[in-house]
Amino acid sequence: MKINPDKCVACGNCTYVCPMGAIYVDPVIKRATIDRDECVECYACFNGLSTENLNPPLVRMVRKILQWGRVRFDPEPDICPTAAFEPDELVWPRTVRRAFSDPRATHESTGVQGRGTEEVKTNDVTGRVKEGEVGFTIEFGRPGVGVWLRDIQEMTWALAKAGVAFEKKNPFTLLMTDVATGTIREDVLGEKVLSAIVEIKVDVARTEEIVRLVHDVEQRVDTVVSLGVGTRCDANGEEHIVAPILERLGYKLERAKTNVGLGRITNPEMSAKPAVEEHEVAAR
Amino acid sequence: MTNTLHRFGAAETFDDDFIVFASPSTGRNDVGSIPKLKKFLEMALPYNPVNIGDPVHGGAVRPKRGLNTSANWKRDARPDFRAVIDGINEPASVVAIFDNAKAAGEFLAEVVEADLGLSVNISASVEGAQQCCKMAGIPRHSVGYSLGFEGKTEKLPNTQVLTLSTMCGHGMISASLAKKMIDWVKEGRRTPEEAVTYLTRFCSCGVFNPHRAKHILEEARSRME
Repeated sequence: MKINPDKCVACGNCTYVCPMGAIYVDPVIKRATIDRDECVECYACFNGLSTENLNPPLVRMVRKILQWGRVRFDPEPDICPTAAFEPDELVWPRTVRRAFSDPRATHESTGVQGRGTEEVKTNDVTGRVKEGEVGFTIEFGRPGVGVWLRDIQEMTWALAKAGVAFEKKNPFTLLMTDVATGTIREDVLGEKVLSAIVEIKVDVARTEEIVRLVHDVEQRVDTVVSLGVGTRCDANGEEHIVAPILERLGYKLERAKTNVGLGRITNPEMSAKPAVEEHEVAAR
Repeated sequence: MTNTLHRFGAAETFDDDFIVFASPSTGRNDVGSIPKLKKFLEMALPYNPVNIGDPVHGGAVRPKRGLNTSANWKRDARPDFRAVIDGINEPASVVAIFDNAKAAGEFLAEVVEADLGLSVNISASVEGAQQCCKMAGIPRHSVGYSLGFEGKTEKLPNTQVLTLSTMCGHGMISASLAKKMIDWVKEGRRTPEEAVTYLTRFCSCGVFNPHRAKHILEEARSRME
């Protein structure tokens, strides 16, 4: 993303809307400026701000006069008065930033918007997490902190060493050069994203072990981690296996996403095939 | 997409937050899903959702390009549900947000009856979702629990800001903007309703709950953190 200096009037509205705090008004050039290292190409500024097309020199002059008179200009806080934001032509590896940060950018690898994964929300048609299994979504950087991809590698290395299976249809798994070791391709390690999800699946008996492993590694990475734990319910819709384990580990289960099982396979080419798919790629 | 799972707050604070969404699965039931997604949202309207949306075009209150200067004094802040439904043009999860369990449960019962064949999820407190399933007379298929935030939590903002900003799980509502809106409401520069509208426009998929946000801002007005 870039800010056109010919249009920017340094009103400062955009400095508040950047989730990474990467926009500031440069006191030397007197224009809003983006710290490219910190910008994750989430497009919150471009997509979220409404725009006017006011004349920039005129707005600057009015602001200067008001400022001289110590009068506070109080415009709407969600408007860029001169439509100064202009998307950059991104090239690899910076494109990774947008793919993982802008929810409207579809992951080419999975065809899914957002974080690029369907996880438990389509489990009724994918069979991704079966009875006796637990799916973990380990999300880094959310909320509003961001994460360097090199930090996530700490976690994928540890998980691979523990022999877990990474979800095959997850965009982050597709950044790995070696799934057996959890190694991520080198050219993206220096990229920062708003958040990314590592997705794994284990036997229910390993739930505690994985929670402890994640907890241990997250102390060494410089960001926040949101952990989601998904599992199947029984025929009566009850779940009395995983919740007690998590509660014993000290977690208070405040919120959940509940799949109510209404989905079915309807695509013509899929209806003819058995509903068995390979979801995970195992580490050594 | 776990953009609704990790909302910050205790279970009892989610009693006005019920997100019901329909999702096509790529390669399995996405073909011909667009009319079903539209129907899902059409069916939600009689139950008075506080927001609806899709991840490609956004929620019912959206930013606008090319406003004229009068927008600083007079601006339409009404949710446009029709624009959301008419705008769906590709298979993606659609959401309807309700501020009470009764509406969410009754809507879910109607969705069961309609048999759209799409995956349907409820994101709410664990008990709230169970209550909706009971009202609709269906058992839960799978459940994904949120274990909250861990790691370097010292990097997170205060709980008032976090409660507001995590209502857009995609992270499009910045902590700075949430803090600014709390401050403006405290200072009396804007009403909670106005502040909520500004925040809602930044949510890129419509999962932001304006009813809950107003309640949080009203509470924050009289309480310093």
